[in-house]
Amino acid sequence: MYNFEIEQPGTISDAVRALGQEEAQPLSGGQTLIPTLKARLAAPSVLVSLSGIDEMKGVCMDDEGRLCIGGATTHATVAQEAAAHYPGLASLAARIGDPAVRNRGTIGGSLANNDPSACYPAGALGSGATIVTNNREIAADDYFQGMFDTALEEGEIVTEVKFPVPEAAHYEKFLQPASRFPLVAAFVAKFPDGVRVAITGASNGGVFRWSEAEAALSSNFSADAIAGLSLDGSNMINDLHGTGAYRAHLCGVMTKRAVAAIG
Amino acid sequence: MPKDGGIGASSKRREDVRFLTGNGKYTDDINMRGQAYVHFLRSDIAHGKITSVDISGAEGMPGVVKVFTGSDFEGVGGMPCGWQVTDKHGQPMQEPPHPILAQGKVRHVGEPIAAVVAETYAQARDAAEAIVVDIDELPAVVDMKAAVKDGAPKVHDDLTSNLCYDWGFVEENKDAVNKAFDDAAHVTTLELVNNRLVANPMEPRVALGDYDRSGDESTLYTTSQNPHVIRLLMGAFVLGIPEHKLRVVAPDVGGGFGTKIFHYQEEAFCTFAAKACNRPVKWTSTRSEAFMSDAHGRDHVTKIELALDGDNNFTAIRTDTYANMGAYLSTFAPSVPTWLHGTLMAGNYKTPLIYVNVKAVFTNTVPVDAYRGAGRPEATFQLERLVDKAAHELGVDPIALRRQNFVTEFPYATPVAVEYDTGDYNATMDKLEEMSDRAGFEARRKESEAKGKLRGFGVNAYIEACGIAPSNLVGQLGARAGLYESATVRVNATGGLVVMTGSHSHGQGHETSFAQVVAEMIGIDEGMVEIVHGDTARTPMGMGTYGSRSIAVGGSAMVRATEKIIAKAKKIASHLLEASEGDIELKDGAFSVAGTDKSVAWGDVTLAAYVPHNYPLDDIEPGLEETAFYDPANFTYPAGAYACEVELDPETGQVTIERFSAADDFGNVINPMIVEGQVHGGLAQGIGQALLENCAYDSDGQLLSASYMDYAMPRAADLPMYQVDHSCQTPCTHNPLGVKGCGEAGAIGSPPAVINAVLDAMRSGGHDIGHIDMPVSPGRVWAAMHGGN
Repeated sequence: MYNFEIEQPGTISDAVRALGQEEAQPLSGGQTLIPTLKARLAAPSVLVSLSGIDEMKGVCMDDEGRLCIGGATTHATVAQEAAAHYPGLASLAARIGDPAVRNRGTIGGSLANNDPSACYPAGALGSGATIVTNNREIAADDYFQGMFDTALEEGEIVTEVKFPVPEAAHYEKFLQPASRFPLVAAFVAKFPDGVRVAITGASNGGVFRWSEAEAALSSNFSADAIAGLSLDGSNMINDLHGTGAYRAHLCGVMTKRAVAAIG
Repeated sequence: MPKDGGIGASSKRREDVRFLTGNGKYTDDINMRGQAYVHFLRSDIAHGKITSVDISGAEGMPGVVKVFTGSDFEGVGGMPCGWQVTDKHGQPMQEPPHPILAQGKVRHVGEPIAAVVAETYAQARDAAEAIVVDIDELPAVVDMKAAVKDGAPKVHDDLTSNLCYDWGFVEENKDAVNKAFDDAAHVTTLELVNNRLVANPMEPRVALGDYDRSGDESTLYTTSQNPHVIRLLMGAFVLGIPEHKLRVVAPDVGGGFGTKIFHYQEEAFCTFAAKACNRPVKWTSTRSEAFMSDAHGRDHVTKIELALDGDNNFTAIRTDTYANMGAYLSTFAPSVPTWLHGTLMAGNYKTPLIYVNVKAVFTNTVPVDAYRGAGRPEATFQLERLVDKAAHELGVDPIALRRQNFVTEFPYATPVAVEYDTGDYNATMDKLEEMSDRAGFEARRKESEAKGKLRGFGVNAYIEACGIAPSNLVGQLGARAGLYESATVRVNATGGLVVMTGSHSHGQGHETSFAQVVAEMIGIDEGMVEIVHGDTARTPMGMGTYGSRSIAVGGSAMVRATEKIIAKAKKIASHLLEASEGDIELKDGAFSVAGTDKSVAWGDVTLAAYVPHNYPLDDIEPGLEETAFYDPANFTYPAGAYACEVELDPETGQVTIERFSAADDFGNVINPMIVEGQVHGGLAQGIGQALLENCAYDSDGQLLSASYMDYAMPRAADLPMYQVDHSCQTPCTHNPLGVKGCGEAGAIGSPPAVINAVLDAMRSGGHDIGHIDMPVSPGRVWAAMHGGN
C-alpha cells in the first residue's frame, strides 16, 4: 500500500470533520478497503477510522420496535446481540465470510460499499430498513443505487441502521465457490402488510427487490406461489462462476427455499 | 501387529514439531546483513512489442540501489529447458529463448520486464511505478487450436509457428492402430479438456541471492524441490558460475506440488543482482505474483478413441492431444505431455495397440509444466472416462469391463514402451468394492432421492509410473539430466548417524520415514538418525523430489550407503571380537559371532572407527562414512482403484462428495500414517481439480482467475472423510525396499472417479449427457442438465 495518515476520532462530529480533508476516506472494518490498499488500487491521503466511535456501536430496540444497529457494529456482534430480536437478520450476519471477517467487518462499511455480492444490502433492502447518516435518514428503497453506488454524499457516514422487525425472515444464499460470497442470495421478510424479497449477487445493478415474487407471496405465502415466476437473466452478472441465466434461475430457487425455511 | 519403530511403523512426523510451533525455517525467514529487496515490474499485457523502457524516473527514487532491464542480461544465458522432445518426423522440438527479463517482446501477463533493487520492498515497488514502458500491443493467442492455424499471430517471431512439436507415439504402430479401428466391433469416442490449474503451495516462492566477494562465491537460498538441479541449470547454463563457486540452499519449503521443481528467472536474477550490487538481494512472491509467474499445470485438449472387439476386449486406443506449453518452455515442460503421459496410455489394460499424438503449442499464457502427477493424471483421466463411456454405450457394468481387460500377468510390456514389473489390479478392485460398499449404493441412492437429490457412483482404476527414473532410458528420451539419487551416511563416533540425501522434503515427512529405514537396517532407535537435505554444500549431488521418487530412488540410495556402512562395521566388529568377518551378525544394534554369546555393541564399533587404537589399520581406513548413488532399473508402477459417491442437487447443480474410497498398491510401505496423509493430500488436489479449480484466461490473454476471489481451492468442508487402504501390496521387484511411491496417486486417481460419479448421478435424473468437463461447478452442471454448455 501507499503511505497515508490515519486519524482515529472518538465522535461522529470529529469523524465528519476529519473526512473534510482532501482525499480523506473513511475506514470501517476494512474488509474491502484494506485489500484494495494492499493491491495499491486506492491512494487516500488520510484514512479516518470509524472503529473508535462508541456512539456508532451496539444493538438495541427503539420505541417503535425497530432493531437499531450502530454503523460500526461488527457482524459478530449483530449475530450475537440481534438474535433475540431479529433472528433472520442475526442469521445473515452469522454467515457473512468467516470468523475473521465477522469480527472486523461492520454493517455500516458493508452498506456504504454496496458490493453487488454482499449479504447486508439484501438484509437492509429486504427489511425496508432506514439508513441513518450523520445528517439524514434514507429509506433503503432510495439508498441502493447500483453496483458499488449508494445515495451517500462525499464524506457522509452510515451511523446507524434501523430495521423494522418482520413476523419472520430468512436469508438463503448460494455460495460462489472461490470467494464464498453469495453467487445469488435471497432475503425474504414477511411483514403483516406484505412480503419483501431482496436479491443480492445476481444483478449488474446490485441488490434489488423482486416485486413479482413479493406480490405473489403477499397473497399466498408459500413456495408454490412463486413456482411460475422467472427473472430475465440478460442483465445479470455473467462470469466464470455462472451465466446470467443460471443466476436468474437461482433467484427463484433461493427465494423458494427462503420461503420454505420460514414455513 | 503394529510396530513401534522402523519400517512399517507409523512413527510420528518429527518435523511437525517445528512446523506446528512456528519454528520452521523457510527461505523468507532468512535475512542477511545489508539485504536489499527486489520488485519485478511485470507485464499486464499478454503479447506486445516493447518499444521503450525508460527507467530514468525510477533511478533517483528514494532507496533505489539499481534498476535492471532486459538489456542488462544480454550477455547472460536464458532460462534452459531440461528436456528435448523429438517430433514424429525425427526433428527436435522448437525451443525459443527464455530471457530473465523480457527482451523485445512480452509474451504473457506476469512476464518480468524490469526489476528494481532498493533498500526496502516498498521503495522498490514505488520506484517500479516510475518506470515508463511503451508496448505496442499485438493480438494474443490463447486457444491452442487457433494458435496452430495458418496466419495465427506468432508468440515467437523466430520460430516457424506456434507448434513446439508434433509427437507421435509409437509412430511405427500408427497404421496398425488405424486398421484395428477399421476392424472394430464398437468404437467409443470422447472429447475432453483437462483444465489448467495453479499449484498454490501454501508458501509462495522466495529467492535470496548472496555474494561473497572475498571468495567469489555465490549462494542462492530458494524455495526449491531440488537445489542441485537449480545449481546445475543456473550455474552452467544461465550465469556461468562453476559449481564449486555456487551453493544453493532450499531450507524448509512449504509445499511444492511440482511448481517448485523448475528454475525460475527470479532465482537467476537474485543471484546475478547480489553480485552486481555486492549485497544480498531478496525477492518474496506475493500471492498475486504467484498466480501469474509460478508454472501452471495440466491444460490439455484431447480426443481419445477406444476400439473394442465383439467380446468387449479392448483392441486399440488412439489419442489426439493439444498440450499447452504457455509462452516459454519451463524446465521440464516438454516431457510432461509426452514421456510422462503417452507412456501411461495403456493404463491397467492389455490393449495391444496404442497410438498417441501430442501437439505442444505456444500461447500467450504463463508457462505450463509438471503439477502433482504431471502427465499421468491427464492420461488416467481420459482413459478412465473413456472406459466408463464405453461401458455405458455397451450396456455393461463398468467394473466388469475393466476387470475383463485388466493386465493380469507380470512383467507386462505395454505397447507404449514401458514394462510393468508387478501388480494385482483385481486385488485393489476387490478391496475397493468392499470398502466403498457398492452393494449398499442403491439404498443410499433412494435415500438421496427421497430428499430430492440425485446420487451417483463412479469408479476408476489407475496406474502411474513413479520412482523417476532410469537415467539411460530417460537420456534416450531426451532428458538433459540423469535421474539417479544419492545419499551419504555419516556415522559419528558415539554411534549417531547423519544421512545426507539428495532428495528434498517439502512436506512429505522424509526426516521421519528415511530415519525409519536406516534405523531398521542397523537395529537402532530412530532418534539416533538425523536426515539432512536441501543444501548443495552439505549433501551429495542429488536430483531432488518429484515424480514420487524419493523413497523409491532416494531411499534406495540410502539403503545402498547403509549397506556399505554395515559391511565396514562388520569388519571392525570382527577385529574387536577376534572372529572371522563371515561369522559376524548384526541384530538389534549389536554385532555378534554366530553361534556364540560374544557380541559388541554398535556404539563400541563406531567409537573404534574414530578412535582406532585397537583397529585393523592395515586392512581398512578409520572412520565410518559412505556414499552411494542409486540409479533405478525401471520406473515403479503404483496402481489402484478409486470410488466416488456424489450427491447432486438438481435445482442448483451443486455436487457434494459423500463418500470417497481409495485402494492403492504402493508395494511395501515404510510409514503407513505418512502414506495415508500423502493420499489424503493427493485426493484433495484431485477433487479440487474435478470440482473447483479452474485457471481461466480471456481471449486477450488476461488471467481471469488471478486471485482466491475467483480461483476456487478445495477446503476441508468440501471433502468427505476418506476411506483409504494400502493393504494390497505387490512389492516393486527392482529396488531394495520393494517400494513404489505414493505422493501423486491421489491426484492421479481421483478426478475420473468424481466425474464418472457425477455423470452417473445425472443419468439417474434422466440427463445422459455423455461427458462434462472439469471443474463440475454448479453452473456448469445446471447448464448441462438444461441443454447448455
